[in-house]
Amino acid sequence: MVASRAIGSLSRATASRMLRCPGYICRNFSASSALQTRTHINYGVNGDVAVVRINSPNSKVNTLNKELQSEFVEVMNEIWASDQIRSAVLISSKPGCFIAGADLSMLASCKTPEEVTQISQEGQRMFEKLEKSTKPIVAAISGACLGGGLELAISCQYRIATKDRKTVLGTPEVLLGILPGAGGTQRLPRMVGVPAAFDMMLTGRNIRADRAKKMGLVDQLVEPLGPGLKPPEERTIEYLEEVAVTFAKGLSDKKISIKRDKGFVEKLISYAMSIPFVRQQIYKKVEEKVRKQTKGLYPAPLKIIDVVKTGIEQGNDAGYLSESKKFGELAMTKESKALMGLYHGQVLCKKNKFGAPQKEVKHLAILGAGLMGAGIAQVSVDKGLKTILKDATLAGLGRGQQQVFKGLNDKVKKKALTSFERDSIFSNLTGQLDYEGFEKADMVIEAVFEDLSLKHRVLKEVEALIPDHCVFASNTSALPISEIAAVSKRPEKVIGMHYFSPVDKMQLLEIITTEKTSKDTTASAVAVGLKQGKVIIVVKDGPGFYTTRCLAPMMSEVLRILQEGVEPKKLDSLTTNFGFPVGAATLVDEVGVDVAKHVAEDLGKAFGERFGGGSLELLKQMVSRGFLGRKSGKGFYIYQEGVKNKNVNSDMDGILASLKVPPKSDVSSDEDIQYRLLTRFVNEAVLCLQEGILATPAEGDIGAVFGLGFPPCLGGPFRFVDLHGAQKVVDRLRKYEAVYGKQFTPCQLLIDHANSPNRKFCQ
Amino acid sequence: MTSILTYTFKNLPSTSKWALQSLRPLSCSSQLRAAPAAQNKSKKTLAKPNIRNIVVVDGVRIPFLQSGTSYKDLMPHDLARAALSGLLHRTNVPKDVVDYIIFGTVIQEVKTSNVAREAALGAGFSDRTPAHTVTMACISANQAMTTGIGLIASGQYDVVVAGGVELMSDVPIRHSRKMRKMMLELNKAKTLGQRLSLISKFRLNFLSPELPAVAEFSTSETMGHSADRLAAAFAVSRLDQDEYALRSHSLAKKAQDEGLLSDVVPFKVPGKDTVTKDNGIRPSSLEQMAKLRPAFIKPYGTVTAANSSFLTDGASAMLIMAEEKALAMGFKPKAYLRDFVYVSQDPKDQLLLGPTYATPKVLEKAGLTMNDIDAFEFHEAFSGQILANFKAMDSDWFAQNYMGRKTKVGSPPLEKFNNWGGSLSLGHPFGATGCRLVMAAANRLRKEGGQYGLVAACAAGGQGHAMIVEAYPK
Repeated sequence: MVASRAIGSLSRATASRMLRCPGYICRNFSASSALQTRTHINYGVNGDVAVVRINSPNSKVNTLNKELQSEFVEVMNEIWASDQIRSAVLISSKPGCFIAGADLSMLASCKTPEEVTQISQEGQRMFEKLEKSTKPIVAAISGACLGGGLELAISCQYRIATKDRKTVLGTPEVLLGILPGAGGTQRLPRMVGVPAAFDMMLTGRNIRADRAKKMGLVDQLVEPLGPGLKPPEERTIEYLEEVAVTFAKGLSDKKISIKRDKGFVEKLISYAMSIPFVRQQIYKKVEEKVRKQTKGLYPAPLKIIDVVKTGIEQGNDAGYLSESKKFGELAMTKESKALMGLYHGQVLCKKNKFGAPQKEVKHLAILGAGLMGAGIAQVSVDKGLKTILKDATLAGLGRGQQQVFKGLNDKVKKKALTSFERDSIFSNLTGQLDYEGFEKADMVIEAVFEDLSLKHRVLKEVEALIPDHCVFASNTSALPISEIAAVSKRPEKVIGMHYFSPVDKMQLLEIITTEKTSKDTTASAVAVGLKQGKVIIVVKDGPGFYTTRCLAPMMSEVLRILQEGVEPKKLDSLTTNFGFPVGAATLVDEVGVDVAKHVAEDLGKAFGERFGGGSLELLKQMVSRGFLGRKSGKGFYIYQEGVKNKNVNSDMDGILASLKVPPKSDVSSDEDIQYRLLTRFVNEAVLCLQEGILATPAEGDIGAVFGLGFPPCLGGPFRFVDLHGAQKVVDRLRKYEAVYGKQFTPCQLLIDHANSPNRKFCQ
Repeated sequence: MTSILTYTFKNLPSTSKWALQSLRPLSCSSQLRAAPAAQNKSKKTLAKPNIRNIVVVDGVRIPFLQSGTSYKDLMPHDLARAALSGLLHRTNVPKDVVDYIIFGTVIQEVKTSNVAREAALGAGFSDRTPAHTVTMACISANQAMTTGIGLIASGQYDVVVAGGVELMSDVPIRHSRKMRKMMLELNKAKTLGQRLSLISKFRLNFLSPELPAVAEFSTSETMGHSADRLAAAFAVSRLDQDEYALRSHSLAKKAQDEGLLSDVVPFKVPGKDTVTKDNGIRPSSLEQMAKLRPAFIKPYGTVTAANSSFLTDGASAMLIMAEEKALAMGFKPKAYLRDFVYVSQDPKDQLLLGPTYATPKVLEKAGLTMNDIDAFEFHEAFSGQILANFKAMDSDWFAQNYMGRKTKVGSPPLEKFNNWGGSLSLGHPFGATGCRLVMAAANRLRKEGGQYGLVAACAAGGQGHAMIVEAYPK
C-alpha cells in the first residue's frame, strides 16, 4: 500500500477532451456531478470551496489505484472548469488514513520498465497540474499520508494535518526498493530542503505531524478533538474540513499567503545549498554513507540520490525524466520484488487467521523477569495489558522492572510518550515474587531458564492456580512444546510463544502449536501477539520449530568456517556484505555461546548428521573458559562498556588453533563461504515447509528476515529460491555436498522446484 | 439562547447602557417565572433526618481585581486577611466561637503555604483556632466549604470559616532544578575545595528560571487550548462565545450598578485607595470582540482574551454553622448548604466538562430535577466551556455514550443562569471563586425569590463539583 504512484491512463483521455471543447463538456460535467456518484471520490461545494472526499469502498485505507486516480482527474477537471468554485480541499473520509500510498498491484502487473516509467510519467503530469492550479488546493491530512499520498499532498498549495499519533507523513518507497515516482524526488527537496528530503527518502521514516510542521512539510496543524456531540474521530475530521475550508477561502481571497516564514537555521541551510560546492559535498557525503550502510546491495537509495541531484543540477525537466526512468528500472529489480514480497508477507502476518478468541486476554502473567520476560512485559503493558511480572528473587525482579521502566523512559526521551503516559503505562505492571493474582490471569507466559525440568515445575505450580480458560505459553527457543506440555493437565491450553531478543525491538513472534493445542488457544496467543505489535508466524511443534531449526545448520557451518581458519572479523564482513544485518561470529556472541551450544546439542541429537559440520567442541571449550559472548564480556570478541569498536578476543586463537581443520580449496572462496551459509539455511527452511512445520512459504520468509536477519534484499529463503532459481540453489548444494556430504543434500521439495522451473513458492 | 442574544445585541447600539436596558426585561421575566415555580418543587426541603442542617450565615469577598492592578504588591495572606476581617465585620461573629478555618488556594506562595493559618492570625482570630489550606484547582474554595460541611455534619465542630484566596499578580518563579540542586549541595559542602568543585559545574543554562505552568501536568496542555478544542468538539462558534461573554459582562455591570453584588466588602489597600468594586467588568461590543485574535490555537481557534476569564487577584470567606448553633447565637442564616458531589473525568478531552457530569449527579442525590432549580451559578472559565457544557448536558448521545446515563439532564434555562455575571466578567481568583458562586446563588435566591440554587464548576485535572444551595426561609 505504500509505494508512490499516480494517475491512470484515463487522465489523458479526459484532459485531451477538455482541451478540445472545454465549455461544452465542462458544463455537462458539472451539471451531472451532483447526481453522479463515484466509487472512490466525491465532492461537494461549500460556498466557493469544493470539498473533495476520498473514500475507497470496502477498505480501511485509501490507495491510489487506477480507478481512484481516474475519478480524481475527473473531479479535478470539473473543479477547474467550474466558475462557481474558487478553491478546493482534499480530504479523506476514513479516520486514520489520508492516502496510504499507491496500489502495489499496479506495479506488479507491469512487465517492462517502460510500462512502469509510463505510470510514473502520468502521475508526474497529474501532480504538475495540481501544483500549477490557479485555484488553491488545500490537502487536509488526517492519518497515514504516505508514498503517493504524500506526493499528492506536496503538489497541493497548502497542507493542514491533524496533530494525531496516527497522522504520519513519509516516503517509504525506499523500503520497497523503489523511489517516489510521481514528482516526489523533485518537490520534496524544494519544500523541506535537500538534507531533510534525503533523510526522508533514504530512510523511509514516518514523520509525525508536529515534526512535519517544523520541517515545513505541512503548513498548519489541527488538534484532534475529544468527544462532543459525535464520536471524536468523526468530529475531528469534520473540524479538519472546517478549518481547511477557511484556509482555502483565505487563500483564494489572498488573505493568507502560502509562503512560509523560514527560521534562521532553515535560511542558513538554504543559503548553504545555493553554493554548488556545498551541494557537491552533501551529495558525496550522503552517497558515502548510503554505500557504507547498504554495502551496495540495495540499488534504490543510490538512484534516489542520483535523481535528486539531476533535478537540482539540471533542472526540473531532467529531474522528472530521470525520476520516471529510474522508477521503472527499480521496479523491475530483484531487490524490489524481494522487498515488496516481504511487505505483503508482513501484512499477512499481521492478521489473526484463527479468528477472535473466545475470551480476550486482559490479565497477563509472566514468569521470569529476565531479559526476555521483562521484554515481553514491556510490550504488553505498553498496549494496556494488566501484567504480572513474577520472578524468584527480588534482585532479578528489580532488574526486570528497571528494564521495563528504561524501555518506556527511552520513549519519553524520544518524545514518543509523555512522562505521564509512561507512568500510567508502567502502572499496568505488577512485580511480585509469589503467585498472587494468578487466579485472574487469562494467559501465563513463562520465560524461565531453558531447562525442561524447571519448565515442568513452573507449569505444574501455575496450573494449580490459574483458571480453566487460562492459556499457558512457553517462551522457549528450542525445547519442544509437546515435551513441556507432557506434564500438563490440559495440553490443549499449552502453546509456544517464541519471542526474539530484544523483545521491544524485534518484530517477530513465532507461535508454536502442538498436535493437542486447541484452535482457540492459538487464536488467543495470536491476538496477544498482535496486540503487542508483533509480526506473527504460526508453526508446528518440532525440535527447533522453524527459526531455531534454520539457524542451527547455518551456525554449524559458521563453526566449520572458523575452524577452517577464517578470522571472525573476516567472517563477519563476509556475512554482512551479503546482506545479513549482524555478522555470523557476532551473532553467536549475541545469542550467547552457552545457548548456541545447548541448541546445537539438542538439535544435533534430533536431526543427526544433517546438522553436523563444525565441531561442538569449539562451543564447549568456549563455555568452559567462560567466553559466553556479550553477556559475559567475552566471546569471539571482547565487549567493554562504552567501547564502540570491539576487539577480537585473542584468547580464542588457542582454541581455534587446537580445533583447526584444513579448508577445502574448491569451496572456500569468499562467495562459496557466503553461499555455504546461505544454502544450508535455505535448504532447511524448504525442508520445514516440506515437513509441514511451516504452513506457508510467506511465513517462512517473514520468520527468516524478521527473526533471524536473513538478508532482506533477498526477500527470505523462499523468495530467494524463486528469484535466484531453484536449479541454481540445488547446483550449489550439490557442489558442497560433493565435498562435505549429507549436510548439503538438497531436500526433495527443493529438487521438485528445480525440476519444474515454473513452480514458485511465492505468487 | 444565542439567537435571543444575537437579536438583542445586534439590533441595539452596543454601548453598555443600552445593552443593559435590553437585558432588563429578560431578568424581570425570570423573577416572575421563579415565583410560581417555587410552589411545585419535587421536594419541599432537602433536610434529612438525623443529619445536621448546615447553614451559611453570610459570606463576603474583597473586590476581584485583574492581576497586576491594585493588589499587585500584596501577598496572598493579605488578601485572605482582608476577606476574613470583612467577614468578621459583616457577621459580628465573636472570634473565639470559630472552631476551625479552611482556605482554598491554587498557586501557593511558598512562604505561606498554609495561607489559612497566616491569614487567620493576621486577621485577629484567636491563635487557638486551627486552620488548614486545601487545594483542588478552581474548586479549591468549594473543597474548603465542603470540608467544613463534613466537619460540622460529623459533629466535630459547630462553626467553621471557609474561604479561598488567589494572587496571580505574583507567582513563585523558581530556579531551575539543576541550579537548586547545586545550591543545596553547596549548602552542604564543607571545604573550600568541595565548594569550588561544585561551582565549577555551574553552567549558564542553570539560570533559566522555571515558571509555574498554567498547563495540565498530565497532558502538558494549557487550559485555554483545551477549552478551544472543547468548543470545537461541540461546534461552538466564535460568535456564540463572544455573545455569551458579552452577556456575562453586561449582566455583571448591571448587577454592580444596581448594587446586587452585596458580598463585596471594601478593602483599604495599604498605601493605595480603598478598593470598592470589581475592576474586570468591561462590557464591550461584538465588533470589538470580533477583532481579537485567538489566544491559544493560532491562527484559527475561537477562544480569545475577550471570551475567557482573566487572571485575577481576590479572596473570599464565608461563615458556616450548624443550624441550631446559628439560631442559638441569634443569626439569621442566608442559606442551607445541601447535597454536593465531586466528579472527575479525562483530563485531556473532557477537562472542562465537570458541570455536565456533576449536575445530574447532584440533582439525583438531592432528589430534584432541573425544573426545581431557581438559580444556577456556574463557574465560567471560558465562554466556549460554558456553551460546550450546555450542549453536552442537552445531548442524549453524550449522556449515553460518555456518562452512562439513559437520557440527558437538559441545559439550564438561560434566564436563571449566572444572572449577576460570572467568572468571565467578575473575575476568577482560582482559589476563591467557589465561595463567590455559593454566595451569588444564596443572594440571588433571596433577591429573586426561589428555593433551590445549583452551583457547579470545572477544575484543572478534569475534575468538577456541584452543590445544591437551599434558600433559608425568610
